[in-house]
Amino acid sequence: MAIQKEKTPMRSQSPEERIKNFDEVPFGYNKEEALREAERCLQCPKSPCVDGCPVQVPIPQFIKALRDGSVEEANEIIKSKNNLPAICGRVCPQESQCEKVCVMGNKKEPVAIGRLERYVADTMLEREKNISADTAEKNKGAADMALEVKKEKKRKVAVIGSGPAGLTAAADLAKEGFAVTIFEALHETGGVLRYGIPEFRLPKKILDQEVDYIKGLGVEIRVNHLVGKSVTIDELFADGYEAIFIGTGAGLPRFMNIPGENLNGVYSANEFLTRVNLMKAYKFPEYKTPVKVGEKVAVVGAGNVAMDAARTAKRLGSEEVVIVYRRSEKEMPARDEEIEHAKEEGIIFKLLNNPVRLYGKNGRVARMECVKMRLGEEDASGRRRPIPIEGSNWIMDVDTVIVAIGQTPNPLLPKNTPNLATESWGGIIVDEKMATSRKGVFAGGDIVTGAATVIEAMGAGKKAAQSIKEYLEKEK
Amino acid sequence: MFEILEKEVLAPGIKKITVKAPLIAQKTKPGNFIILRVNDEGERIPLTVADYERETGIITIIFQEVGYTTELLGSLEVGDYIKDIVGPLGHHLELEGYQRVVCLGGGSGTALLYPKVKGFYEAGAEVIAITGARTKELIILEEELAEVSNKLYITTDDGTYGHHGFVTDILKDVLETEEVDLVVAIGPVPMMKAVSEMTRPYEIKTIVSLNSLMVDGTGMCGGCRVTVGGETKFTCVDGPAFDGHQVDFDELMNRLTYYQEEEHQCRLAKEVNK
Ligand SMILES: Cc1cc2nc3c(=O)[nH]c(=O)nc-3n(C[C@H](O)[C@H](O)[C@H](O)COP(=O)(O)OP(=O)(O)OC[C@H]3O[C@@H](n4cnc5c(N)ncnc54)[C@H](O)[C@@H]3O)c2cc1C
Ligand code: FES
Repeated sequence: MAIQKEKTPMRSQSPEERIKNFDEVPFGYNKEEALREAERCLQCPKSPCVDGCPVQVPIPQFIKALRDGSVEEANEIIKSKNNLPAICGRVCPQESQCEKVCVMGNKKEPVAIGRLERYVADTMLEREKNISADTAEKNKGAADMALEVKKEKKRKVAVIGSGPAGLTAAADLAKEGFAVTIFEALHETGGVLRYGIPEFRLPKKILDQEVDYIKGLGVEIRVNHLVGKSVTIDELFADGYEAIFIGTGAGLPRFMNIPGENLNGVYSANEFLTRVNLMKAYKFPEYKTPVKVGEKVAVVGAGNVAMDAARTAKRLGSEEVVIVYRRSEKEMPARDEEIEHAKEEGIIFKLLNNPVRLYGKNGRVARMECVKMRLGEEDASGRRRPIPIEGSNWIMDVDTVIVAIGQTPNPLLPKNTPNLATESWGGIIVDEKMATSRKGVFAGGDIVTGAATVIEAMGAGKKAAQSIKEYLEKEK
Repeated sequence: MFEILEKEVLAPGIKKITVKAPLIAQKTKPGNFIILRVNDEGERIPLTVADYERETGIITIIFQEVGYTTELLGSLEVGDYIKDIVGPLGHHLELEGYQRVVCLGGGSGTALLYPKVKGFYEAGAEVIAITGARTKELIILEEELAEVSNKLYITTDDGTYGHHGFVTDILKDVLETEEVDLVVAIGPVPMMKAVSEMTRPYEIKTIVSLNSLMVDGTGMCGGCRVTVGGETKFTCVDGPAFDGHQVDFDELMNRLTYYQEEEHQCRLAKEVNK
């Protein structure tokens, strides 16, 4: 049988349909599709895909298990390296990681590794849901008691932040037998997975299931705890926590610093997405947090955050949604799939343009002045530097502007923690063991790297958990 | 979940509740605020901690029913629960090192003023408190303020109690006759603006506490941004207190109006469901 050249397509909601709802766009493979796609894997002995994965999931092995008919085994293989496969299968930039180096991709389309990962994880979650619904209730009392007894003797570790970095570190540490408490500033867990990435891309029930699994490992989660304010790192140590992991993310929104940016109708993507996702403003007035979005929306930036904001605005009923980006299509940092989906949904791309000024009318933004750009030499990031074309300014009508040009580490915790060394741009400095300048304090994820990816944050959480374990063994 | 332990109506539409929140009571200082969410569907709103007791772990919140969420909060009774409270947030005020401080509160801003008046008084400053309201029955915390200040002036817009006029009338007299090294104003934006304008020629340090719209309160969304001295600041983490001479009050007023229609919609829905 000749090998299928293209990836097995994934069925999804049609663009016309989906811009009217917040349901997930791609449906995921069914069994037959998954097996068909799994057949495409060459099982090459060198497996470059494994090195392409930031957490080295044994990809050919899990695909083989799947092919041999054992989803359970496939799942175990993935979970040996990746605690959150249902999430990663959906949001990882596979095209620049595992699928980028897939041998199959040399001549044909690479194997759809992400989709297969999602299939395995979803199938297992579906099964677990059915089993756990019965047993969970019955076992709950006993488990609680067991937890109480065990906690007495366990050594305490605190994890700050419940994004992918924190959740992963917590899970690994709990599995190693530590009593782990997560402290989260917001009223809900998940970090960006909850407040940033929209429902139509990552259904929150999947996140809930992953969080439940982590709770099931005995991890205690305390929401509404802003560490640095509600409680400090020193107080956590005084309270008996022997090691601390900081995974507080890159929550600080960057603004353009152009005139008119504080007009009404100008949002950071974080604010816009938080209102919609965390606070469920898309269900206003059932949920009481409003979000106001007009007819003509400009989203500045072209990363995943920008695509999420643009597609959200479309779903909230905006007539025209325009992505304004200062570089060209090639440099757009978003996942390929997000850009494709955005285009299908009628998002307009005005590339090689940079906003320079916003004008208001009655206090609300009404027009945006842009300057056209061209690309010059490559800069330090390896991308060609955008240069303004003098005299090319033009004006577009807008009534909403969403700024999605990046986030930097949230400075609140470092500022309130003496002797915690940070970079000039705010990242916490760590060594190769993820240890910070403070004894017993480790850090990882966006707070260390600046805004990056879910899988890298997870990888950092894993590595830090291992280091914390070694550290505590030494400190006995 | 945070249980409401006591509830009191201070004036029409102004209520006081106490809540058990030991962690917050432990760490709050004058000037800090909290963010709460009444229930799962609720929005997150910021409220100042009016008082706190470290020993009992109880905090006091005083609020005016100005919108959907504050009305909902006002409808809760003793024994009911508030779903989420996080805090203390924002910077607290530096209380030390002042000789004579004038504290002005307008409307329910008086409630927010109380912890600061108390703080300065306990730190050893001479405190002149000036509080105003539209009419007599809206004057709150008179006794409490009298206890923690050296002088208390009361004004009403309609002359039904105390001085007939505005808090700024009294401030003007005080500035003319006394050496003052700090003025603190909390209340409606126009009042804070007027106070700041009045103290500017005297070059007296003036602190205002801003009531920006907020979502997270952790510096993550930027919804609370204000322009101070030509720079964008986040009220929730850089404030809520700022130098009144530097604040762009007109921008703040504009930003506060952005969700008025939606607020109206929520209230209407509530009326309908009554
Ligand atoms: C809209 C959007 C879309 C994205 N899309 C993708 C994508 O498709 N694929 C991808 O790989 N990556 C994507 N990313 C990036 C990815 O989500 C992040 O890199 C990742 O979530 C970082 O994980 P983290 O655990 O380091 O931090 P976060 O997810 O930011 O979590 C940090 C948590 O810590 C909490 N916190 C902060 N300060 C404190 C404190 N002082 N005390 C207690 N808690 C605190 C925060 O509330 C938050 O819950 C996206 C990001 C955004 C914003
Ligand atoms: S309320 Fe979100 S940054 Fe201040």
